[in-house]
Order: sequence, then structure tokens, then C-alpha cells
Amino acid sequence: MSDNRQQLAGELQRHGISRRTFLKFCTSMASVMALPPAAAAEMAEKLVKIKRQSVIWLSFQECTGCTESITRADKPSLESLIFDFVSLDYHHTLQAASGDAAELAREQAMHDNAGKYILVVDGSIPVKDGGIYSTIAGMTNLDMLEQVAKDAAAIVAIGSCAAFGGLPKASPNPTGAVAVSDIIHDKPIINIPGCPPIPVVMTGVLAHVLTFGIPELDDMGRPKAFYGDTIHDRCYRRPFYDRGEFAKSFDDDGARKGWCLYEIGCKGPTTHNACATIKWNNGTSFPIQSGHGCLGCSEPDFWDAGGFYKAISTGIGNPGQWATGALAAGVAAGLASAYLNKSTKSKAEKNHQEVTIEDMGGKHE
Amino acid sequence: MSTSFEQGINTLKEVIDAPIASYFSSCTNCGLCARACIFYTETENPKYTPIRRVEPMRRIWEQEFTLVGKAKKALGLSKEVTEQDLKDCVELAFESCTTCGRCSMVCPVGNDIIYMIRRMREGLTSAGLAPKSLQEAAVRTLEKGSVMGFPMKTLEAMVKAAEKETGIDINIDKPDVDYLLLLSSAEVMQFNEIIASLAQIFKEAGVSWTFSSIAHEAGNPGMHMGASDIEAQMINRIVQAAEELNIKNVISPECGHAYMAIRWEGPNVIGRPYPFKVYHIIEVLDQLREQGRLKTSGSELDRITFHDPCQAARRGGVNQPQRNLLNMVSSNFIEMKDSQACNWCCGGGGGMNTIEKAEPLMQKVFNRKRNQIEELDVTTVVTMCATCRNTLEEGIENNNMNVEVLGLTELVANHLLKEKK
Amino acid sequence: MNEIELLNWARGPGLAYATIIMVFGLTLRVFEILSLGRAEELAEVRGTGVSDGWKMILKRSLPEPRHWKLITASYIFHVGLLVVIFFFIPHTQLFRDVFGIFWSGWPNYVIDFFTVLSIAAMMYTLVSRFVDPTRRILSKMSDYFAWVVTFLPLVTGYMAFHRLGIDYTTMLAVHILSVELLMISLPVSKLTHAITFTMARYYTGSTNGRRGIQS
Repeated sequence: MSDNRQQLAGELQRHGISRRTFLKFCTSMASVMALPPAAAAEMAEKLVKIKRQSVIWLSFQECTGCTESITRADKPSLESLIFDFVSLDYHHTLQAASGDAAELAREQAMHDNAGKYILVVDGSIPVKDGGIYSTIAGMTNLDMLEQVAKDAAAIVAIGSCAAFGGLPKASPNPTGAVAVSDIIHDKPIINIPGCPPIPVVMTGVLAHVLTFGIPELDDMGRPKAFYGDTIHDRCYRRPFYDRGEFAKSFDDDGARKGWCLYEIGCKGPTTHNACATIKWNNGTSFPIQSGHGCLGCSEPDFWDAGGFYKAISTGIGNPGQWATGALAAGVAAGLASAYLNKSTKSKAEKNHQEVTIEDMGGKHE
Repeated sequence: MSTSFEQGINTLKEVIDAPIASYFSSCTNCGLCARACIFYTETENPKYTPIRRVEPMRRIWEQEFTLVGKAKKALGLSKEVTEQDLKDCVELAFESCTTCGRCSMVCPVGNDIIYMIRRMREGLTSAGLAPKSLQEAAVRTLEKGSVMGFPMKTLEAMVKAAEKETGIDINIDKPDVDYLLLLSSAEVMQFNEIIASLAQIFKEAGVSWTFSSIAHEAGNPGMHMGASDIEAQMINRIVQAAEELNIKNVISPECGHAYMAIRWEGPNVIGRPYPFKVYHIIEVLDQLREQGRLKTSGSELDRITFHDPCQAARRGGVNQPQRNLLNMVSSNFIEMKDSQACNWCCGGGGGMNTIEKAEPLMQKVFNRKRNQIEELDVTTVVTMCATCRNTLEEGIENNNMNVEVLGLTELVANHLLKEKK
Repeated sequence: MNEIELLNWARGPGLAYATIIMVFGLTLRVFEILSLGRAEELAEVRGTGVSDGWKMILKRSLPEPRHWKLITASYIFHVGLLVVIFFFIPHTQLFRDVFGIFWSGWPNYVIDFFTVLSIAAMMYTLVSRFVDPTRRILSKMSDYFAWVVTFLPLVTGYMAFHRLGIDYTTMLAVHILSVELLMISLPVSKLTHAITFTMARYYTGSTNGRRGIQS
């Protein structure tokens, strides 16, 4: 224990991180996660004390955008330091080892830390045709996930692909891509969707897992601290929406005045994420602020949710075409029905018996 | 016998057409039609809601002519119309409805409810359920040529009396004249002074006209019953008379339903257009007025009002001629509230006045007309329908009102300016 | 199925099914009506009746002052419903997407006003069906069904816009699904009148026109 503490404190010093700066990091982590102020100190204490947690990071059908996002920094950032609190035993992009050595490291870590390691997944898992569409070291993603998940303490699904299937799952989903939660049902799974997720959201969640355990999750397994509100709920352009002031195109007067982007396809109202509050690139901006509607990238199936530049109130697909087809079918069925009606009527006319005066008790003329 | 329950159902299938299908498709059961119906407003009994009167027809439409209805029937959600359903409908379609058509004026989706009731009656009659009194009237009309059973001889006697009174020759069966005049039974029985009145008016106007011995009345119980077959027989007699005498204009009497039968339903039930034109007597008088051939003198100073007969005015389209004539002979003509197309029915038309069972109800619903008349404080109510006139007179008597009822032709005749020769 | 999948289903396959059933059903209904035919008018007419038929379609939409107490609520909710359906900005986006024609929506506070008004008016019509003896005796299950499926989109739409009750995504999905229920109900319920009233009015108006009578 004390060795570890020494080591971590040493690491921090080596990076020129003062205790004060470290505390500041913890405070900001706690604050983005809406934890009580006292939690910052507690987090700092716990982070320094923890045994380096073994983390296995599996990358499946992905683009490395999530890794790019978490490591993104012009200078060594505090966020990247999160890796200093963990023992990242396997990560394609970041590990030095390759080939058998790499796989051996993974197996070793699984063995040494059975039941205790954290599994981080980015990318979706193809399951069609036995999962052959993505393999690592001759092993399908599916097999590897099942194997590694078996003894994991918890799973963190990073990015929309791991969390919901993401882009690979987009129609027609040729590889049969699914999310981690579609395969693993007996382990706690934290979903951190986004394409990619906001860096601080990833580090924040990891910090929380290391210190306080699994954070409070919503029904889709997302940490409520980051995904509790929609973009629209926290959007600075919201007042324009409420007043019904909308940009009609990207270069009109409304767009210049910074009006709401609903009509040109902003998916903010149905997108749960923290972009509008935490923003990107160290809090510089986020898509809506730069004049583009939210694509809804952190929501399931966002790629198949209709055009990016069409309002949420429009249909997905081509209603006009359906209607035309239905009209044609309606005409056909209508003609058949009309034929039936006509024959019913003409049958009744044929069966008509003249009402005569004799029916009234009179004599026929 | 050709009437039976099965025939009734068969007839209902026959008479349901596109308008009726659109009406049933559109009804939302809002109940506004009830508010337009005297049988509802004067009793507040919801069973008199007009659209409910055709419920058996609605079910037949739904089950026979819509996919949804066929499915509902197959699933047992919609029951077939039974004989009892039709029997229950008689009260609603015949005994508490004058087919006045006021309901058709207010329907938000534009349903012509009377169009449906007329056809509902058709089905009931085919089922042998037409009221006895109407059946008897139909027999009299076809056997004797008169709704009340007055043979031609009765009319001949009246013609003679009128000739004697006026000194004017009145033609019977004279070909090639301008007009063939038809009467109503009520006129023959109660208001026969009209013969002399018209003889004088036509003489002054220089109009040639005749009665026909094969068709002297226009009354058509076939229409009331909704028996198009019988209605057609009655119409055909008139057509035959006009064709044989080569007459180009036929005059419908002061009788609302006769006008509806001869003017509008006639060609449709016999299946061919007429070779002659049909006018309501009031239309003819107004034409003569317009041409300056009808001259009157003097003006009524008393407050008079006019009761628009439903079949002639609202349903038949004769709204302005009576007003032109009234203004010609009266300086104190007051419009009744809701006049013309939205006039309230007297409560006696549509065959109701022949149905003994309906008498108490008729008296009750007259309340509306009584209030309307009393509100105006008039001395005279003028109308142009013998049934309305009868109903008004009865109602006024029953309610001890001090109001006189007059036929418009008679009123005009009273003011006729006779040129001295 | 999570809420966004529900929303996507409602916007995608759900909307497709509803559109298909509605268009198919209404077309069938119109054919069923037209197939029954209308006898040629053999009496000498006073006019063709064609323009009177068209006029009647518009004329019966005007308020009938004689019965204002009975019709005002229905009037308000019909007008309100039309305003809300056709002039709420997100709805105009849907129509532009489907029909390719665009008209400007009305400000949200106007839509809000009409929504609340329509909801209140519809509640009144429901109460009146219970309280008014004529309406009570006339009303069948189908009338109440028609009321419910018309009422749901109004209420769910209002709740979604104001972020009331459940999560917005779910509420929006529920709102769209309720509209789809309404669409599916159109051809198989009393709601068919939304289309066939034009036919009913035309038939009556043109008959009246031929006879030269007021309508």
C-alpha cells in the first residue's frame, strides 16, 4: 500500500503536479459529476490511496475516435493522468507490446486480477456469421468480450458503438453489430455514449468508479450526472425555441442572429449529453454554438434517425412514397369493394317486388 | 303479397345510395338535428332525435356496404336488423315525423336527414309496415283518384256550382289549353271556394285551363308512405292526362307534399323527364303578377303573417313568390321568426295528420307554432298548403286563439280587380 | 426497447404503417361511398347544383347562430385542432417533408393558447355527452372512442412541448404514437367524417341547388 502511495505521489511529482493542482483536478471532477463539495477531498484521498486498478481496454469495431478523444490534449493534461491511477494492462493503441506478448499481457492481467479488473470496451461487436467480421489474434470480438467479461468487476462501454452499437449497427448493419449490453447481462455496465464522448465525461466516470464505485445510472446505463439532461434543456439557444424563432437555413438572418436550429435538424431536444454545459476542447465551444445542430450522436441509432438536416418532427423514411403506394392499393381494394357493393345493390334491385295496391288491401287496377 | 320483412330489408339495400353512405359516414351523433325538430323541442324526448329514426338503415348500410361493417358483423359486434327493429322504427319514421326537413338545415356535416327518412319509409312500406291510414289513402287514390275518396262526380258538382257563382265556364278535359289544374282533397272537401277564386283570377288574366277527369287530384299518399311504385302510378295518371290533352304546364295545388311529389319526385319515380312543366299555383300567380296580368285592388291593413309549408318552401324551393303576392295585397305583412327555409313545421304534414295515434303528439307539438303566432300578435295566418291550413285551423281552435287562417290564393282572389266589361 | 428506439419506431415504421392504413382505408371508404351511385335528376332543375354543392361545403362551416350554445365548444375544438395541426412549427416541418410545400408556422404562444382552448372545449363536449340527455342517448362507444383518440394527441403534444410528466423523448414518442392511433382510426371510426363531410355537404348542397332551395 505505502509503496503504491509513494509511487503515485512520485508520479505526480514527476509530472510536476503539485498537491494543490491535484486537488483542483479532483474538485473539477467532483463538480462536473455534481457531487457534493466534500467529495472532492475524499476523491483526492481515495485516488492517492488506491491500489492501481487493473484495466483491460478492448477495442472492437471502432475508429479509435474515443481513444483520440480521451487522450486529446495539446499539452499533457490532467485528464490523461487518469491513466496514471490505473494499470492499463491492455490497449491496442497505447500499449507498447504487440502480437503474442500483448495477448499474454491481457491473459496475465485477467488471471492476476480475476474478479477485480475493470473492462473498458470501445467499438461494437459483430455477431453475424459467428462474429467473423472482426477478429483480434484470431479470436472473434464476441469470444474475446465473453472471455474477458467473465471475470471483470465492471464494464465501461465507451462511445456510442460499445454502448448502443453505433455506426457499425447503422442500417443495414452488415456485420450484425451489437452493443456490449446485448451480449453481457451479468455484469454491471456503464455506458458512456457519444461519438466520441466528451473527454472529461470519460475521465470523470473512471475517477468515480475508482473512488466511489459505479455512479448513479439511468435506464440506459448512462451516468445521470452527465446524461440526465438533454442538450436542448441546457442549450443557450433555448429561449429562441420557446419564442418560435428558428433559423431556416445555415446562412439566413436567423442563423446569423443565433436563433434555434430546430428546423435545420438539431436533435438537441432528444439527445442526452453534457455538450451544452461542459462543451469541448477545454470548454471552448460545442456544435450548436458553432452554428450547427446537434446530430444526436450519443443516442442509440442516431445514424438511422432520419436526415441530420431534417427536424425531429419529420418522419424517418419517405412518407410520401408510402402514401402513394397505399393510395394505389386503396384504389385497387376500393374497386373490388365497389364491385361488391354494386352487385349487392343490383341483386337487391333484381329481387325487388313491386309494391302494389293489393298489398294495401285494394284491388289491382 | 309482395310485402314482407325480407322485402323490407331488400328495399333498404336498394335505396341506399352514395349520398346516404356519405351521410352515415359523416354523422358524429352530435344531436344538433334534435334541436331543429319540433317533436324533440316540444317534448324533449331524445328518442325523437331525427338521425335515430333511420338507425336500422344505418346498420344495413354498415353491414352491407362497408368493409368495416362486414368485419364487425362477422365478429358479432354489429347485430343484424330484425323484424322487431323495423316495427319499432314505424313510430319514429311515420308517427312522429312530418318529413319537414328542418333537421337537414342544421346538420353540421350537411346530412340531408329527410332524404334518408323518405327512404327508410320506403323500406318499412315494403316490409308491410306502412300505417294503415296511409295504405287506405293510397287505395282510395288509386281506385277513386282522390286521397279522401271523392270521385270525379263530386268535383263536377263543385265545378257546376262555381260556374253558377261566377258565371265563368270551367273546362274539364279540354285539350291544348295553357294549364292543367290539379287540386288537393282538402280543397275539394273544405276549401272548394278556391275553384271559383281561380276561375276568376284566370279569367281576368286571360289564362286558359282545364281540369282532367283522369287526374283531378295531385295528392300522393304513395310518397308519404315511401312506396315509389305506388307513387309512380299516381304520377303516371297525371302525366297521361297532360300528354293526352297536350298541355305544357301542370299546376300543383296549395298542397306541400303534392308539389314535392309532382314537381320533384315524379320524374324520378316514373323514370323519365316530363314533357311539361310543373308549377305551384302560387308560382303561377306570381308569374301572372309579374306579367301584369294579375291586378288587385285594396290592401289588407290587419297584421298578417305567412306560414311557409315545408315541402313547398324549404324542400321545394318556392320562397319568394308568396312574399311578392302578400306584399301586393297587404300593407302589414309580418315575417314569422325563422321563416322560409328554417320555418317551424305545423306538425301535421308527411301523412301525420292521417294517423289517429299521432293526434295527441300533433297537438302537443303545435305549441311551437302557437307561440310563434302569438308572438306576432296577428289577426291572420296565410299559408299555401291545405294540410298546413287544416293543422293550423285545428291548432288554433284547440288553443282558443283568435286568429284566422287563409289560403294565399283565396286572399289574392279577395282582392282581385275585376275589369268591367 | 428504450425511449429513443420507441421514438425512432414511431417516426419510422409506426408512421409508415399509420400512413399506409390511413390512406388505404380512406381511399377504400371513398370508393365504397361512390360505388353506391346517385340517381340522375330527371325533374326539370332550377340550376345545375354544382356550385351550390361547393358552396355548401364552405357554408356549413360557418357558425350557426341559432344553436350557438350547443356548437361553440365543438367549433372551438375543430378550429383549435386545425390551427394546432397545421401551424405548430414542428408540424409544418413534417408537412414540408411529406408534401414539399412550406408555410410559416405560428408563434408558440398562439399554438399554446389554441391547444389549451381545444382541450377545454373537448372536455366540455365530453361532459355534454354525459349530461345532455339527447347526446347521452345518441352516444355510442364509437363516439367516445373517437373522442379519446382525438384528445390524446392534444394532451400528449401539450405535455411534450412543456416537458411535463415523463422524459421528453418518451413523451414525444407517445405523442407521435397517439397521432398514429388517430390516423389509423380515421378510416374505421366516426372520424371518417373528417373526409366524408365534404361529400355529404356536396350531395345535399347540390340537390338543394337543383331545386333552387336555400341550404
